Amino acid sequence: MEMIELKAAIEAIIYVADDPVKSEQFKEIFPDESFDKIETAVKDLMQEFNERPGGMLIREVAGGYRMTTRPEHHEHIRAYLKSKPSAKLSLAALETLAVIAYRQPVTLAEVLAVRGKKSSTALQTLLEKKLVSILGRKPVVGRPILYGTSKEFLIHFGLKDLSDLPTLEEFAQLAGDQI
Amino acid sequence: MEISENLNQEIPTVEASGITIRLETFEGPLDLLLHLIKKEELDISDIPIARITEQYLEYLRIMKDLNINLAGEWLLMAATLIYIKSRMLLPPDPVAQTDEEVQGDPRQELVYQLLEHQKFKNAAQMLYTREEVETSVWHSPPQEVVEHGKEVISATLFDLLKAFHDIVERFEAQRAIELSFEEVTIEQKLAEVRRLLLVHDTILFSDFFKDLTSKRHLIVTFLALLELTRMREIWIYQKKNFEEIYITKGKSSGETI
Repeated sequence: MEMIELKAAIEAIIYVADDPVKSEQFKEIFPDESFDKIETAVKDLMQEFNERPGGMLIREVAGGYRMTTRPEHHEHIRAYLKSKPSAKLSLAALETLAVIAYRQPVTLAEVLAVRGKKSSTALQTLLEKKLVSILGRKPVVGRPILYGTSKEFLIHFGLKDLSDLPTLEEFAQLAGDQI
Repeated sequence: MEISENLNQEIPTVEASGITIRLETFEGPLDLLLHLIKKEELDISDIPIARITEQYLEYLRIMKDLNINLAGEWLLMAATLIYIKSRMLLPPDPVAQTDEEVQGDPRQELVYQLLEHQKFKNAAQMLYTREEVETSVWHSPPQEVVEHGKEVISATLFDLLKAFHDIVERFEAQRAIELSFEEVTIEQKLAEVRRLLLVHDTILFSDFFKDLTSKRHLIVTFLALLELTRMREIWIYQKKNFEEIYITKGKSSGETI
């Protein structure tokens, strides 16, 4: 398959997909193409697509590729959809989520220790929104539940993977400067 | 949080010991301590514990005067501060031998906790900004997909109503006396259906109504199914007109790694 043809097909697939499409999924669809060639095609496509000053972007989210609108058009899109910005997470929920994201797998008691206050309501919200999932149980007395972030979390915050998050050290430095 | 919001609306300022104090909103004791440290421009590595303790307790007193119920963590922190204060007044234990006994600065643990807390507050801020960007972005809407070898047609509302009508009729035919009033809410039913779909991929529409004993229960179940369809959490289909109706998980239900 010609490179140009492969790139076009990949672009079309990313467009129709509900979920971010992973490179492995492209490999299944194009079994005759090498993994390297597919990777190059996706990267080139992404670069070319995103360089053009259009209304769409191809982004790496949750380990795959997804086509989205550019954030700067949000006002016009909302005007067309007649939609209001959706409800955002509360500060308590965001703080709880931050602790879970950086400390996972983590128990509720460990979250409480960092935040210095009860976090069960916030955790409940996060579980309902499927941003947090149960990873298992900690092999200690009482076998407390271990929580971690989900794929939905990566999608919700537009993250490629967990390593896409800034490191905690960066925040530690910032915290040191703040107080 | 709710408490303090109310405070700001109704009682923005408080008269306490002759001084007017403006109450700020604090989520928890660590937030209050961080605020006090920043406001007084204190050095975190050398917190004047007596001063901080006094200000902290003053804040608690005001909250108490306003009849606000303080959660246990506020009192625990007060106790911790007083404990640290008393430890700082004592000379080091002269007979302490082991490392465990020779303890360093009693404030160390608190400072660590405060820095940790500030760190995660920053991380939460980062998540907030990211969320802000992500809610301004749309992607292609999910399309209905018919999988290979699974020739199906989506059931119409009419099919559903007819199926439901049949179920109610069957129910009335074998009617037993309704004794107790059983309160079932749509919320409970929604949760139940979600749970069932975690275990089973596909469930027969009529199975949802099989063991139900009151008409009210039947209706609530039906409404819950309609609600889940609307939210695209479930998908209702049949293989041929007038055949059994099936329910399966929709595309929007979450998936974990």
